[in-house]
Amino acid sequence: MKRREFLKVGALVVMGTAAAASVAGIASAAQAAPPLTTLQPHQAETLLKMTRRIFPHKQLDDAPYWNVVHDLDTAAKADSSVAKVIGEGIEKLDSMGKRFVELTEKKQTAALKQIESSAFFQKVRTVELQSLYSDPSVWKVLGYQGPAYKFGGYIHRGFDDLAWLPNPPESASPKPA
Amino acid sequence: MSRFASGDNSVIVIVGSGAGGGTLANELCQKGIKVVLLEAGQQQSPATFKNEEWFAFNQLAWLDKRTTSGTWRIARDFPNLPAWICKTVGGTSVHWAGASLRIQEHEFRAKSRYSGIKDTNLIDWPLTLAELEPYYAKAENKMGVTRTNDIPGLPGNNNFKVMYNGATRVGYKTVHTGRMAINSRPRDGRSSCWQLGFCFQGCKSGAKWSTLYTEIPAAEKTGNLDLRTESMALQIQHDHHGRATGVLYADKNGAHHFQKARAVCVAANSIETPRLLLNSHSSKFPDGLANSSGQVGRNYMRHTTGSVFGVFKQPVHMYRGTVMAGIVQDEAIYDPKRGFVGGFELETISLGLPFAAAFLDPGAWGEEYTNLLDKYPNMAGMWIVGEDMPQETNAVTLHPSEKDQFGLPIPNVHYDDHANDLAMRSYAYKRGAAIYNAVGATQVVEVPPYPSTHNLGTCRQSEKPAEGVCNKHGQTHDIKNLFISDGSQFSSSAAENPTLTIVTLAIRQADYIAAQCSTRSI
Ligand SMILES: Cc1cc2nc3c(=O)[nH]c(=O)nc-3n(C[C@H](O)[C@H](O)[C@H](O)COP(=O)(O)OP(=O)(O)OC[C@H]3O[C@@H](n4cnc5c(N)ncnc54)[C@H](O)[C@@H]3O)c2cc1C
Ligand code: SF4
Repeated sequence: MKRREFLKVGALVVMGTAAAASVAGIASAAQAAPPLTTLQPHQAETLLKMTRRIFPHKQLDDAPYWNVVHDLDTAAKADSSVAKVIGEGIEKLDSMGKRFVELTEKKQTAALKQIESSAFFQKVRTVELQSLYSDPSVWKVLGYQGPAYKFGGYIHRGFDDLAWLPNPPESASPKPA
Repeated sequence: MSRFASGDNSVIVIVGSGAGGGTLANELCQKGIKVVLLEAGQQQSPATFKNEEWFAFNQLAWLDKRTTSGTWRIARDFPNLPAWICKTVGGTSVHWAGASLRIQEHEFRAKSRYSGIKDTNLIDWPLTLAELEPYYAKAENKMGVTRTNDIPGLPGNNNFKVMYNGATRVGYKTVHTGRMAINSRPRDGRSSCWQLGFCFQGCKSGAKWSTLYTEIPAAEKTGNLDLRTESMALQIQHDHHGRATGVLYADKNGAHHFQKARAVCVAANSIETPRLLLNSHSSKFPDGLANSSGQVGRNYMRHTTGSVFGVFKQPVHMYRGTVMAGIVQDEAIYDPKRGFVGGFELETISLGLPFAAAFLDPGAWGEEYTNLLDKYPNMAGMWIVGEDMPQETNAVTLHPSEKDQFGLPIPNVHYDDHANDLAMRSYAYKRGAAIYNAVGATQVVEVPPYPSTHNLGTCRQSEKPAEGVCNKHGQTHDIKNLFISDGSQFSSSAAENPTLTIVTLAIRQADYIAAQCSTRSI
């Protein structure tokens, strides 16, 4: 949780950096984040590119993808078989021609397409799916408001504020208490 | 809280504290009958629930390993998660959305009505709607179902506005915010709905009925309930007459205990209920308990489901407010001209961003998929729930080699979609798309089924002992003091969400058990 809070600040700092020009973003996010425990720098960099290609949201900078890399690092630390799958998966990716990180985005996607049924790809995708879309900084950008309880729900915050269609009659949709 | 001795054979042991078991426990306790309620999961409360989809899933869902087989897409998308159900006090009534509909008269006569459909194992229920009506009324009152008992409907949210306008434009007539076991006004000591939008994660305001904070505390107040949490039933034992004698269970440390019982009621949801009976095989009952018909575990039904999501030019924010307070009922009829028998309901559904990403197209990745997710705020969603056909080969069986943490075979869930199910799903997808297109959808997405939230039929009621596992009171044909007390009893799936009927059957079963006790029949 602490790391998340921390990275949220980090994300705000780098927010607005275009994905294409994100070298600076990588640097600042990497500096803000606690160090990796298990993944090697080349592995982390490869995973960063890979996670960007798997769920490529142009509006997102690198920070939330770094969060995913950190979650993969945590998983690799907790379970050496995960570390092995990641290590071998990256070696395989790099052996398909140029090193993965040096490929164009289009070619990276094509390379991933070739390994999409591998345990390596599936692991990265699953961790990314749960991590990226549970990240409050991502919610903000993609337009999801997250937990509602502490704000008293939506009863007074727009649960029925849609105005581009007529309101249903009261028989179908009674007024709130 | 009361504690009864393990050797006390006057107690009724109920396995599972969900919609069926939790209700049955309270009903029996109110009649002065002592109950030991075994629940595999932990105790949570509205205070410990969290408005976060993955957190809540990990906190509450049943995650013990299961396997799948068959042609259903679940076997490909979620091979080890056939069902989305809970392991916690209150069972899946903690995650449920609250839609509470009565099964229709003609649906109780599935075989007579749908005869001629090939490759099914249809039977009629041994019950009629008329027999159940007084109990439906009790259940609706207990659960505080809107649009019954003078309880107003819930106010419609944005997701409902889209459904309503689209559905009425294509000519549907019965469209409203549903019959929901969610307080639209404070009732029964619980608040009204705050429109949190996290009904699937445990309702933090307590507006939604769940046995966790209604039936179970009410039962505890009587002094007749002994709730044992983190207690996993492993085996139901019997004597040489073939009468159930009690339940062997493991506590949270794995230590085994045996609780004697006057009668045993199994309400572990339709995968674990048959699994427990099958795992209770003995030299007297080599095929498992109450299985002389060979039907234990068979006729597994999960409703014909799927979702339709529409993308619009302007925002919807579907995640705001009650998840399932919206319904179109016009298709829940018998009309074989559509190319299938059985009906279906269309109900609003919303997913938070974490679950939307996981479920809109399981396994998808890449730009096309993220382009869709980028439109998240402008999406509206609806869920299809329709009657699926019972098939003998759709079955919960014991895995030949894999064992769980207690050393017992894990369940495999086999399901092949029937041609009727497939025809219904593709028709329903089109109707859903028509509704959204009528209000200007720029894109419509057909979403495949989620892991089964409705699990039914695996120990079904039947008039004839050869065709099912229990009679119309849930009492097994083979063993007089063994009862099925959950959705496993369903003889057919009907179009309606099942929980109101599960609760109704539990209330009725409690009357029957009490009568059987007083005449010393059990
Ligand atoms: C997301 C979601 C939304 C839903 N929405 C609706 C809806 O709107 N309307 C509707 O009608 N239905 C809905 N349902 C379905 C509804 O939740 C179920 O129909 C209902 O809870 C089933 O009741 P049950 O008593 O059969 O089982 P459950 O409520 O699942 O209870 C079974 C209990 O048994 C326990 N158990 C299992 N095995 C053992 C064992 N061996 N020993 C001890 N304990 C055991 C489990 O831990 C569990 O607590 C929904 C379900 C989900 C997941
Ligand atoms: S929307 Fe209503 S019922 Fe659903 S979780 Fe919120 S308060 Fe509970």
